[in-house]
Amino acid sequence: MVLNETDRQLIAAIQDGLPLASQPYAVIADQLGITQQAVITRLQALQDSGLIKRMGVVVRHRALGYDANAMVVWDVPEADIERIGKLLADETCVTLCYQRPRRLPDWPYNLFCMIHGRARDSVLRCIERIIDRHGLHDVDHDVLFSTRGFKQCGARYASPADQAGAARG
Amino acid sequence: MDELDRKLVNSLQDGLPVCDRPFDALADQTGVTVTEVLTRIQKLLDEKLLSRFGPMYNAEQLGGAVTLCAMQVAGEQFDAVAEMVNAHPEVAHNYEREHPLNMWFVVAAEHPEQLARVIRGIEQETACRVYDMPKQQEFYIGLKLAV
Repeated sequence: MVLNETDRQLIAAIQDGLPLASQPYAVIADQLGITQQAVITRLQALQDSGLIKRMGVVVRHRALGYDANAMVVWDVPEADIERIGKLLADETCVTLCYQRPRRLPDWPYNLFCMIHGRARDSVLRCIERIIDRHGLHDVDHDVLFSTRGFKQCGARYASPADQAGAARG
Repeated sequence: MDELDRKLVNSLQDGLPVCDRPFDALADQTGVTVTEVLTRIQKLLDEKLLSRFGPMYNAEQLGGAVTLCAMQVAGEQFDAVAEMVNAHPEVAHNYEREHPLNMWFVVAAEHPEQLARVIRGIEQETACRVYDMPKQQEFYIGLKLAV
């Protein structure tokens, strides 16, 4: 979709978070000098277009006791990637699932998923269950546990200088 | 974290409606007032159990460019290299992982040219090759992390 000036201002106004108020979109509307209905209509359009995936929260896994964080990577034949990608994404312990390019010869894996658990044991058991349930024994995989996290923050898509409404479209 | 916190976090991960009073349904479901819902969310943010409450963007559609990068860094240089990488404001996450490719981070830039510039800069500063693996397809995750 093509972003108009109001969309850019809206994106800049909410990118650090929604106001915690019973009518958060009315607060945004006041800031921008437009009606609440205009805010709601544009945000719904942005959501329908897929540009905003949802209004939600970023959970800090470690703070919630999910200390084991594994990136599980698979070397999947191209013909099977849709099927196996969907199977993995449907597993309750999988929190992200992406197809990415291999970097041969050093990196043969093209399907990446994240599994969070309270302990390594439970993450490994989850992976075993997935392999058994879907018959993935012949699919090469590797498990990369994280040992330290340095910079856990959500990405920003407009700089503070863009607050005036020049967020890149 | 009590039962109410858990219910709120689980519901919020699925997203909040875009409407006049988006917290009302959540208050009804959990049997508390909207004010209590808002107070709890603020508390979860203050305690840093949640890092943000708001829109989850699809960066590529915003014209932005995002990729996952990996590097092989010698153990004794790891912290120094991490510092150089993290000094770039475009680097959003950085994890040490157990693998020969032991440093994994996300780079998010406003456009593809800037992304390429950041990656080249990191390679020059650190003398390490950056394996750049942009997302080609995202598989939809239905159920989120239950807490």
